Amino acid sequence: MRYLPKSPSDREAMLQAIGARSIDDLFAPIPAEYRLNRDLKIPRQMAESEILEWFRDRSRENGDGYASFLGAGAYSHYRPVIIDALISRGEFLTAYTPYQAEISQGTLQSIFEFQTMVCELTGMEVANASMYDGSTATTEAVMMARRITGRNGVVIARSVHPEYREVLETYGHHQDLQAATVPFTHGGRLDPKELEKAVSSQTACVLIQSPNFFGTIEDVAAIAEIAHKHGAMLAVAIAEAVSLGVVEPPRQADIIALEMQSFGVPLGYGGPYCGVIATREQYVRQMPGRLVGQTTDRNGKRGFVLTLATREQHIRREKATSNICTNQALVALMANIFMTIYGKVGLRELAKQNLAKTAYAVQQFGKSANVLFAGAPRFNEFVLQTSEEPRAINGRILGHKIVGGLPLEKFYPELGNASLWCCTEMVTRSAIDTAAGVIGESERSIKAGQQEEFAQDEMPEMAP
Amino acid sequence: MSHITRKATRHVNQNEGLIFEKSSPGKAAWKLPPLDVPEVNPTELLGPAERKTLGTMPEVSEIEIIRHFTRLSTWNYAIDLGMYPLGSCTMKYNPRVNEVVSRLDGLANAHPYQPEKISQGALRVIKMLSDCLIEITGMDSITLQPAAGAHGELTGLLLVRAYQQSHGNPRKKILIPDSAHGTNPATAATAGYAVENLKSNAQGMVDVAALEAQMDPDVAALMLTNPNTLGIFEQEIHKIADILHSKGGLLYMDGANMNALVGKVRPGDFGVDVMHLNLHKTFSTPHGGGGPGSGPVAVKQMLEPFLPTPVLITKPDGTLGFEYQRPQSVGRVRAFYGNFGMFVRALAYILANGPDGLRQTTEDAVLNANYLRKHLARAYDLPYSTPTMHEVVFSDKLQARQGVRTMDLAKRLIDYGFHPYTTAFPLIVPGALMIEPTESESKEELDLFVEAMKAIAEEVEEDPQLVLTAPHATRVSRLDETAAARRPVLRWKPEN
Repeated sequence: MRYLPKSPSDREAMLQAIGARSIDDLFAPIPAEYRLNRDLKIPRQMAESEILEWFRDRSRENGDGYASFLGAGAYSHYRPVIIDALISRGEFLTAYTPYQAEISQGTLQSIFEFQTMVCELTGMEVANASMYDGSTATTEAVMMARRITGRNGVVIARSVHPEYREVLETYGHHQDLQAATVPFTHGGRLDPKELEKAVSSQTACVLIQSPNFFGTIEDVAAIAEIAHKHGAMLAVAIAEAVSLGVVEPPRQADIIALEMQSFGVPLGYGGPYCGVIATREQYVRQMPGRLVGQTTDRNGKRGFVLTLATREQHIRREKATSNICTNQALVALMANIFMTIYGKVGLRELAKQNLAKTAYAVQQFGKSANVLFAGAPRFNEFVLQTSEEPRAINGRILGHKIVGGLPLEKFYPELGNASLWCCTEMVTRSAIDTAAGVIGESERSIKAGQQEEFAQDEMPEMAP
Repeated sequence: MSHITRKATRHVNQNEGLIFEKSSPGKAAWKLPPLDVPEVNPTELLGPAERKTLGTMPEVSEIEIIRHFTRLSTWNYAIDLGMYPLGSCTMKYNPRVNEVVSRLDGLANAHPYQPEKISQGALRVIKMLSDCLIEITGMDSITLQPAAGAHGELTGLLLVRAYQQSHGNPRKKILIPDSAHGTNPATAATAGYAVENLKSNAQGMVDVAALEAQMDPDVAALMLTNPNTLGIFEQEIHKIADILHSKGGLLYMDGANMNALVGKVRPGDFGVDVMHLNLHKTFSTPHGGGGPGSGPVAVKQMLEPFLPTPVLITKPDGTLGFEYQRPQSVGRVRAFYGNFGMFVRALAYILANGPDGLRQTTEDAVLNANYLRKHLARAYDLPYSTPTMHEVVFSDKLQARQGVRTMDLAKRLIDYGFHPYTTAFPLIVPGALMIEPTESESKEELDLFVEAMKAIAEEVEEDPQLVLTAPHATRVSRLDETAAARRPVLRWKPEN
């Protein structure tokens, strides 16, 4: 086996040194009746060339080379090549959690920079080193609000990513969390009147997403006012981090749960991604996950360490703020490098390109079909209502090697023939025009069909 | 330094400030292509929701970014540099072919919501990995959705809860041995259970008589790590399983130490009902400085209806797809399907090994741990003489007489060119040195480690101060963790 650095004679010498007759002696503690006396039924050992070939075949089966209008919590943005060049350095790739600070300063300083940039982008005072992803970070944000307020209720906007809501439900179910869901208005934003009714003195927090699942930007200030009036916190999930380049962050929030996949992390069929929690300084001791802090060594030299570990499971055990241990350090490093590359000016320019592409698509699609929630500002996603079932339209668009918007019937049946479209900077004008053409044809043929049906219905009456 | 280190030599490395300290207006590392649609005015589109400034975000050039992160990287120790014997962390070689295949365009760029018709390749990866892991564990079914070990534990306990609920009562508590990893009790609390401690016996194993006494109808499950955190195989595992099952409890196995078992024995065969694996330990996906991980949960048949949604299925036409209609499911534990990129890497590792390679890997891991035990057992106190599997736990009892504790020994080991072992864990061994070499170490590397550990033991007797003030060879000396926690500085701020 090519990964194993021992010759048969090494093994022999080591067994002899131990005083064992054979390797079986070392497995004697396992009761004989349970020992596996056969080969595992898995594929035989493959050469590297065969492994590459096997996965290349899988890659080809996976529809490589399609343009895509999919977003909905996973975004296709350009990944500068130096991200992979840098994270492939073995010193980052093959290190463990930086428990031994003196030989982990590279990881620790980079996390400190990451925390700083997340604070700057979200408008919060502290950020942790990362969480698994946006959905679990959102859930942990709600649990955190519960610990801080000592209340059990959570009021959730229906415009939060449906899968984030599902994860919260899974966790909350066994923690006596009382959840209420508030609908959205015709403007595609949280209904403030319904919110007012749902929030009470038992509400730990109001949870919204902005830009929300439909791409619409919520009125964070108004929502915060309602939540705070009742002594509840405001937790805001952000699934599309690039929006922070041009959309004002939810500064009125108490806790922000951010998915950072948009920052240089491959789509990778859904993971690994990188969540993060940011909040106000006063709540830092209720925060889950790892934190890096600045300190000095014995000679007064600046250095970084994992800190405030008394919140964590390895110290507090069942009283910890969360059971999280391993998080997403290498993915956070990708996001860190991405933020460093685009920085103060580039992030804004990148976000503006997303705005422009989306505005153009809305205009083109809107010529024939119905773009919902027109009144509210949006970032790079919008909901399109068509006369024909979206899957049928997408089937024809797929023929052009383009993946259409996400059909919403599973998540929002009340919206009818609706689909969620996303235009990042990667979507070309020609893809938008092609998709708009197919949608236009669909609308025209359905309308023509309706007219024909109408004409046929009329026929008997016209006959004498 | 009183002893010569054969393992490492000091060399110059670069200083580097924070990236913000290099920033100045007008520098840029990015370039966007020209816009092919009309430009827009953000103020018109967004109104008051428009962001006006990005504050102190950096402005630097590409070469500065390359140097910045390359310099930082050289301040890290890593598996690629040498032995990293962190107990229960399984710091093994991370094969590079894993990285290559996970970056193939069709897999790396696949959107989780793209139609199943053009996702068959990804789904086949999930299917093949699931089948392999089921065979390796001897279980019946699996979910790959959990993002890490602790997340897998939570998923596992939610399954236990749903199962117990379906039998009328979720029950109240989880039994956890005193040698367990801290995530176990934290997870039990997250799943809404009370934690009851289970004492170990003099051999470092579960005290079966105590278990029998503590087992009652309020116990939903026992969370057991096997081999446990002392590196000891629970030899009475069948009795443990029987005691639980006889009173309707389930046996949960924390698979953190699965590297001692693969290809030699299967948890499903010795009575385990539900377990998690750590793909970032046993199956070679890189630790990356603390993640991403992946924590699949394998179960026996009776727990299958409760698995998180969606579940991978083979459709009547032979294609693969996801099933969402699972009325008894515990629900989702994560958006999408889990850390797919880690599935690709873990499967590449399994394919590179095959059945013979996996077995040899396990044998070498156990051989290495026993070799270290044999050579260090005189210099360091061995609190449990029970046979060792893949890791060995010493204590600092002999060195504590000179006022030197496990953390001091660990810091001194850094000067000898090694990453330390796990310190002060498991909690049942005061001053523990928990050493897991994994199969990835050659005899030469192990001999260097033995030499270093013995030299440090001698230093403790001759010059304890040298050890107490270590490390001496690193770019920073011991850092003031107390000050860091007392006045937390968690972000950079501009001066003024």
